[in-house]
Amino acid sequence: MAERGAQPNVPQYRRRALKAVESFFSPLLPDDYLELINPLWSTQELRGRIERIHPEADGAVTVVIKPGYKWGGHQAGQYLRIGVVVDGIHHWRAYSLTSDADRPDGCITITPKLVDSGKVSPWLTGSAKPGDIVRLGGVEGTFTLPDRVPPRLLFITAGSGITPIMSMIRSIDRSRAYCDIVHIHSARDADRVIFGEELRRLAADRTWLDLHIQETSKAGRIAPPHLDNLCPDWQERQTLHPAREMLDDPAHWEAEGLAGQLVVERFQPVIGGNAGEGTGGTITFKKSKVTAEAEAGTPILVAGEEAGIEMPFGCRMGICHTCVGQLCSGQLRDLRTGEIHGAEGEMVRTCVNAPEGPVEIKL
Amino acid sequence: MHRRLAVLSRVLLLAAPNRGAWIAGTAAGSAAKILENMEIGHNVLHGQWDWMNDPQIHSTTWDWDTASTSEAWKHSHNYVHHTYTNIRGKDKDLGYEIMRIDPDQKWHPVYLGQPIYNLLLMAFFEWGVALHDLDLDAIRKGEKPMDEVRHELKGIAGKAKSQVVKDYIAWPAVSAAANVAGSLAISAVTGKLKKKQRSKAIADAAEAGRKAFKSTATANFTSNIVRNFWSNAIIFCGHFPDQTYVFSQEEVVDESRGAWYVRQLAGAANIDGNPMFHIASGNLSFQVEHHLFPDMPSSRYAEIAPRVKDVCERYGLPYNTGPFFQQWSMVQKTILRLAFPGGEHKPKPGPYVPEKA
Repeated sequence: MAERGAQPNVPQYRRRALKAVESFFSPLLPDDYLELINPLWSTQELRGRIERIHPEADGAVTVVIKPGYKWGGHQAGQYLRIGVVVDGIHHWRAYSLTSDADRPDGCITITPKLVDSGKVSPWLTGSAKPGDIVRLGGVEGTFTLPDRVPPRLLFITAGSGITPIMSMIRSIDRSRAYCDIVHIHSARDADRVIFGEELRRLAADRTWLDLHIQETSKAGRIAPPHLDNLCPDWQERQTLHPAREMLDDPAHWEAEGLAGQLVVERFQPVIGGNAGEGTGGTITFKKSKVTAEAEAGTPILVAGEEAGIEMPFGCRMGICHTCVGQLCSGQLRDLRTGEIHGAEGEMVRTCVNAPEGPVEIKL
Repeated sequence: MHRRLAVLSRVLLLAAPNRGAWIAGTAAGSAAKILENMEIGHNVLHGQWDWMNDPQIHSTTWDWDTASTSEAWKHSHNYVHHTYTNIRGKDKDLGYEIMRIDPDQKWHPVYLGQPIYNLLLMAFFEWGVALHDLDLDAIRKGEKPMDEVRHELKGIAGKAKSQVVKDYIAWPAVSAAANVAGSLAISAVTGKLKKKQRSKAIADAAEAGRKAFKSTATANFTSNIVRNFWSNAIIFCGHFPDQTYVFSQEEVVDESRGAWYVRQLAGAANIDGNPMFHIASGNLSFQVEHHLFPDMPSSRYAEIAPRVKDVCERYGLPYNTGPFFQQWSMVQKTILRLAFPGGEHKPKPGPYVPEKA
């Protein structure tokens, strides 16, 4: 089954009214007809309309999207699965939300950067136009600004890694939280800083934001030892660092005994970091009536596919919940965390879980 | 398009007591149901459009407005019929287990009634297909677990209920309500709701409502029958005209992949027609192409047809096709003839020869 958007926040009375007239439209739903008038009215999945698209530096664009129903909110730093139709095919990608959750116009924004070899980013940066409809999936991610904003923060970003941080800065600016931020951002040169103008303006207007832009074409890349210079009190700050290309080195913090103060984001789950860990086991797919062996570190999804079952899947990285199946018995190992879990009847994501001993799953 | 036609039909049928509106509404309703079943339902359930990755238009989630559940259909049609096409005793679509359409099928006195079954099957094709999906043969032989049968029967009952409620209760009721309201409104405007005439006005309104209910229900019934006739005709023309070959189980033992394609080619027949006709038939007028590549999007069949013909020409294979009425009457003749014992094989066309330009 293909991935679909999130459950929208539809008012109860509206759901009831649609339910009441369902039998008029069987086997379709009233929604299937209402969609002909306005696709945003779907109560089956949350959709949004592109309101505006404005270019940012370095081949990025900010897409302003008005969700069909009241936005369910997100934490600054989280990402959104978004579905677009390109050449008749529905594609899903995750993008960091660059807006804060409380925009008065109820809109959200994402800021994708053009990836030439991609499918979705060329569409968003080139072909999309105001009025186009997109599908909005789940909001996820643990790389977020803590509810109680730490008083002293250090943001270290580079390139398009700035996107989740931008949401945090906007959120802090709107809520007027008391804090003190040093933001170190790297880009090839000053013209290529995504959100450059807004950041510079904020840094000039707001006493709480101290911005340093590292032009890597002139000054070279930032390495951990530079921190002492750029932010002398870095040891006393909570550091948020969307780990991409720069300081992917928690050791610098660990060496100072400060591991707890560093928050990094990884988009790709680290699957198989300890590939040999775990026992693997026999999986019984109850609906398909197939039994398969999975070695340690092999997700249920992969084991099922290798056994010839048509398994549902979406992102294959634990985000979209398209692949879920009901666990009937047995224990699983979460391949991202190594955690062992498994309650009877639990809905589990087959793409990031491996069996730990014999398991039965309703798929 | 289907949804717009369906809406148009429902709106027209609000005025169903009017004869013109009844005919227009029934026509729109029939066209909508035909499109929904043939071009959309059948082809989506084949997975022809799964590549779009659209969660709604996907073979795993689609349901259609007919008596067969999509689950049962995918087994009996996509798997059984498309794999064992035209193999006697294997392909249950060969005569639908109630008719003898190949002279090599053994005659039995029950086949004497097949001209009648045939007419009934035409009119109530969707129900025939739904029951046929149950695989009566396997049930008789006790090869099919009873709980599976119960599950499938429940599915059919659910589909039947939703069709009855929608076509024969809900929409007629809407028509009735609209006509009652309309009639009362006219009375109110013309002042007939005043004391003296009130009871007469109410009786008139009730009569208008009753008429509207009845005529909307009959219009929907007619649409369902029209759709049944049409799908029956198209499907019978796909496999039962004289040109198609039927195979015995012995012939296909150890069949190679290539031989499978040849069987698909020889066991199916196209229908000539214009683009409108092809769409109305769900592109099953390209039955040959459909059987070779069941999960190719149907709109592409017309494009690949010349290449299929080219292969037929090069390798001396038949490419069966003919105009609709010719094919249809061949099938009907066969059904009548084979109701009685005996019967001969019809001459088969030789290798495909392109028409002279």
